[in-house]
Amino acid sequence: MYSNATQTKVTCYHCGEDVVEKHYHIKEKEFCCRGCQTVYEIINKSDLCSYYDLEQNPGINQKQEIRKGKFDFLDDAQIIKKLIHFQDDTHQHIIFYLPQMHCASCIWILEHLNKINSGIIKSQVNFIKKEVTIIYNFQETSLKKVAEALTLIGYEPHISLNDVSTDKVKKYDTTAIVKLGIAGFCFGNIMMLSFPEYFSLAKSDDIGLKTWFNYLNLFLALPVFFYSASEFFISGYKGLRQKFLNIDAPIALAVLITFGRSLYEILSGTGAGYLDSMSGIVFFMLIGRYFQNRTYQSISFDRDFTSYFPLGVSVINEDGTEKQISVADLKVGNRIKIHNDEIIPADSILFLGKATIDYSFVTGESLPVEKSIGEIAYAGGKQTSGAIELEVVKEVSQSYLTQLWNNEAFKENKEEVKVSFIHRVSRYFTYFLFSIAAIAAIYWSINDPSKVWGTVTAVLIVACPCALLLSATFTNGNMIRILNKYKLYVKNASVIEYMSEIDTVVFDKTGTITEQGKSEISFQGIELFETQSQLIHSLANQSNHPLSKSIVSFLPFSKRLNIKNYKEFKGFGTSATINGHFIKMGSSDFVLGKDSAQLISGSRVYVSIDEEFIGYFIVKNAYRNGLEKIVSSLHTQFDLKILSGDNSSEENYLKTIFGNKTEMLFEQKPEDKLNFIKHLQNNHKKVLMIGDGLNDAGALKQSNVGIAISDNTNNFSPACDAVLSGKNFTLLKELVNYCRKQKTIIFSSFVLSILYNFVGLFIAVQGDLKPVIAAILMPISSISIVLLTTGLSSFYELKLKKLNPDKSQF
Amino acid sequence: MSAIFIMIGASLLLAIGFLIAFIWSVKSNQYEDDYTPSVRMLFDNTTIQETKQETNNNTKKTK
Repeated sequence: MYSNATQTKVTCYHCGEDVVEKHYHIKEKEFCCRGCQTVYEIINKSDLCSYYDLEQNPGINQKQEIRKGKFDFLDDAQIIKKLIHFQDDTHQHIIFYLPQMHCASCIWILEHLNKINSGIIKSQVNFIKKEVTIIYNFQETSLKKVAEALTLIGYEPHISLNDVSTDKVKKYDTTAIVKLGIAGFCFGNIMMLSFPEYFSLAKSDDIGLKTWFNYLNLFLALPVFFYSASEFFISGYKGLRQKFLNIDAPIALAVLITFGRSLYEILSGTGAGYLDSMSGIVFFMLIGRYFQNRTYQSISFDRDFTSYFPLGVSVINEDGTEKQISVADLKVGNRIKIHNDEIIPADSILFLGKATIDYSFVTGESLPVEKSIGEIAYAGGKQTSGAIELEVVKEVSQSYLTQLWNNEAFKENKEEVKVSFIHRVSRYFTYFLFSIAAIAAIYWSINDPSKVWGTVTAVLIVACPCALLLSATFTNGNMIRILNKYKLYVKNASVIEYMSEIDTVVFDKTGTITEQGKSEISFQGIELFETQSQLIHSLANQSNHPLSKSIVSFLPFSKRLNIKNYKEFKGFGTSATINGHFIKMGSSDFVLGKDSAQLISGSRVYVSIDEEFIGYFIVKNAYRNGLEKIVSSLHTQFDLKILSGDNSSEENYLKTIFGNKTEMLFEQKPEDKLNFIKHLQNNHKKVLMIGDGLNDAGALKQSNVGIAISDNTNNFSPACDAVLSGKNFTLLKELVNYCRKQKTIIFSSFVLSILYNFVGLFIAVQGDLKPVIAAILMPISSISIVLLTTGLSSFYELKLKKLNPDKSQF
Repeated sequence: MSAIFIMIGASLLLAIGFLIAFIWSVKSNQYEDDYTPSVRMLFDNTTIQETKQETNNNTKKTK
């Protein structure tokens, strides 16, 4: 299996990353870090090496070490009770969300967990949801040990505050499929039993057979009418009660009339009715709905801060002992301990330790902020430099960040506010239909009163508005599927319609137009030799400052050098004697002894070796590839704006990309962003907000369409209408324009269905509608609509296809 | 001609049997995850049997 040994570039046997340091190897297998090696040892020891045979380098990189005791809170009986799904005398069932899951090997090893922890009875993976259900014996092992066993092999379960909220179990809804199955079954059988009727096989003397078939049809139509079609009746009735004629009302009416007339004909023995058409309509419409409402199980669109916050936190008691409690139970005055890479769950005051807090996700500030003792640290920030102790000053639900979720924007439901254009069209259609029925009724009441009843019902049966609904649902379903292919995951079909009305695009900066966690570095000065870069690397490696960390990742790795007299001057820089050379690194004031000129963009780090200035590093935000191109193409069509939580240090650079006219606002609080969007909307703008972090959550919710950019769809993204992969950011304009085609497609298929309707109506108004005509017209019109919408949406996709930068499948 | 009454009835009953089987399969969440089983069935049999035996041993121990 080890095919990489002969290549010059060695990749880690476990995770497949390039091996830089050749420290870690077992026999001929190389590893990139100690973590990966440890995982391999465990897997090897447990006799689970098939893991490496199923896929090449299937592992998850272990460079980031996970703190021991991270899962201590899982020993708390209260927390266990809230997390587990089922418990009997010996067993507990738990479902863990494992975002790292990505391949067949993952499934294999996760279903063989009992080799690692024998207390685990059974583990079953749901790959689509990235979940594993584990049944374990809680007398032999514990929830904490199960979580640790998973962490040990590199699958750290994601446990957040949201997991203990009340409605945690999202039930898999099967009723739609059952309704569809029953409607399809009955439709097929009714059609089959109607064949004698279609071809007049049953002669009038064979009354017995005819009646038998008709009654069987009636029997089969009952579940369709009462069960499968029930949602149309309920929704139509609800709409009418609010004095609103929605799209389901005319459909419910058509189904009701068809069923009523068929019932009358069969019971009175005057005809066979139109039960085949009725069940066919219901079947096709349910397919359309199912197709449109298919959701992505692995993407959640309604996350709030609780999915981002941790579940447990260590509280330090007065006697100095640590205790794990649930974040929800934190009280003002609690002393908490936050370890490296943990999120601060509540607004608190720094008490002990050195805090460097990364707020990029919460406020949009691109660089971590250093806090000194006594300063307040807001909830949501991620500690990046060792353990700290804090005292809680506000409860979780009261904190600066979570206040945002109390805003009214989170209370109203977008879908209920707006009325889709399909509803409007369907209303006109209904009026049109009623007037035709009325004209036919008047005509026949003068000429042949016996035909009135038959004609009116026939008009309503044949000119079913379902064509409109079918056009809409199949177009939407197909467009959602195609957008999905381009990594734009929309929450529901109405998002497509809102998207087509957009005239203003608002960008967040950090993480949206810049790439998250990346910065662009360049060195200006003398040419760096290996020895010099090694010295700088060694010094930068000592510091936890974000700029030092960027420099470390920029320079090639060096041997460990002998470091003496390391000193760090907060806010200025660092110095040390390495291999006999005295190196200084930091601000120009610190290194050169004088202030430098104002910067256009980014921060500079000056370096001197042996008191001789050699140059400086420029650390800038790394903007997404192709940003300039997409901005200039968007400019022609939309009003662009930038709304950033960060400081204005990049303003001049952004102006070179976005132009001087683009409105740019910096240092925006989450509420400011929300209010800015509201202000735009009050000026009748239709706003598309593009953001990524928690601070954009309000703006995303308030905007007409909120798109969250995510470089990894498994990562947390705030509540939004759609999630777009960062790789396909450059497709934004084309994706929006694609959504604009929705109306065109729906209208063209609607025109087609009108043509069929005219043929049907023409026959119906003459008062002579044979069931066979209805039975032929109905499926033909339905199928041709489906073909037309599919064809058109694929045709418009061609433009997207040409530009797609990321061809990998989901 | 009376045979057709019985035949149609019987065929319908048979079909309803399949409908019930379908509903049962949906209700028992067999359509919830349509990807994992397709991967699972390709795994090496030997190891899975081993695991099963071990699982049985474990359950025996606990009883």
